[in-house]
Amino acid sequence: MGIAVAINQIKDMFAVVMLAGIYGLVSASFFVTLDAVDVAFTEASVGAGISTLLMLTTVAITGRTEHEASHKPMLALFVVMVTGGLLIYGTFDMPYFGSVDAPVQNHVGPRYILDSMQEIGVPNMVTSVLASYRGFDTFGEVTVIFTAGIGVLALLSVVRRPEDDTAIEAINDSMHEKHLILRVVIKTLIPFILLYAFYVQFHGDFGPGGGFQAGVIFAAGIILYAMLFGLSVARRVIKQPLVQLLSAIGVLIYGSVGVVSMLNGGSFLDYGVLSADPIAGQHLGILLIELGVGVTVASVMIIIFFSFAGRSEYQQAKKGKSL
Amino acid sequence: MSMILGLYNYWIVIVLMMIGFYIIIAHGHLIKKIVGLNIFQTSVFIFYISLGKVEGGTAPIWQEGILLYSNPLPHVLILTAIVVGIATTALGLALTIRLKEAYGTIDEDEIQAMDNQAMDNQDKESKPC
Repeated sequence: MGIAVAINQIKDMFAVVMLAGIYGLVSASFFVTLDAVDVAFTEASVGAGISTLLMLTTVAITGRTEHEASHKPMLALFVVMVTGGLLIYGTFDMPYFGSVDAPVQNHVGPRYILDSMQEIGVPNMVTSVLASYRGFDTFGEVTVIFTAGIGVLALLSVVRRPEDDTAIEAINDSMHEKHLILRVVIKTLIPFILLYAFYVQFHGDFGPGGGFQAGVIFAAGIILYAMLFGLSVARRVIKQPLVQLLSAIGVLIYGSVGVVSMLNGGSFLDYGVLSADPIAGQHLGILLIELGVGVTVASVMIIIFFSFAGRSEYQQAKKGKSL
Repeated sequence: MSMILGLYNYWIVIVLMMIGFYIIIAHGHLIKKIVGLNIFQTSVFIFYISLGKVEGGTAPIWQEGILLYSNPLPHVLILTAIVVGIATTALGLALTIRLKEAYGTIDEDEIQAMDNQAMDNQDKESKPC
């Protein structure tokens, strides 16, 4: 909470972004104490990792300082106080924290907890709810992520010319020669990060993890590489058209699983019919759609980072030319 | 006293939410607005997760001999919401970059002022008398 107040006060955007990262990490540990290990996992990799990175890139492009606000903050404060007061008044009717008989615990929750082991056969209930009971929702969310990737591409993609590339590479070389130790250390770390991403991906049935987290961690490994070795080197390793294709393929895998289960006589995303044994079918279905989710999330995150970084390099190159 | 202990999680959520809300409406800087939006968002996440918490329960991963688990449903909703949140944040930041390129500033008031000026100029051109 103190961090949030500090974010409000500080004018230097770099500090604000760093504090936002710390805030993400703190809220992740908060989720662990509330038993939401999967959520904490996601928040730690997203809130403290990727989002900080993207904001830093944006700050690098747009400048660090914030102007003093011209209008009076008292009105805003008043509005906030009134809203907060009303909300607190509203909480007096809420069930107490941690109580077992709260309305939330009495609808579909018990069914997920009691029956998911027999029906799905996956120990991690979060995974079975995410991928099977509410598979349709998750499909929609994957599509939203895919759409956001397209949006960022549409807004920030740069038409690259060969002469631009050489100018950019010159900047990169001058920038990256300094970080020799970092480069050596990171080079040894990256295989482990990617391996860990695969572990998270395929172990999501049994422990915390799954496609969303694995995708973000995988993308973080690639982004780390791109940051230290320069974007043009990273682009040579991972071709952007390929990544764009992959992001679409992930959604396609997800949808196809649904269609195949329809062709096998079930309803959309009903994995029980994928195999003779319903439990095995569920396992297969969850594995496949988690794969689709992971592929889409990883490639969209890489696309987003490439677009952001590419934009900032493009501007640097333009500035370099005009000087 | 039991009321304070029973409801403090909602109050933390509300305070966080209001800080985020204040940052959104009181600051002109667009990146800061996005950070404020993120704080607001996280407070909603905490709200959902704390609703699913059961006193004495454990993380919802099935294990022999454990009977009391926290509710997995809010976890699922929030897990996907976080990833969708980062995607939309990225989109917002991308828009901010384009605004910076178009206007040379990302301060809301300055952009408004430029827009008003452009509008005035247009009005003058359309009415030559």
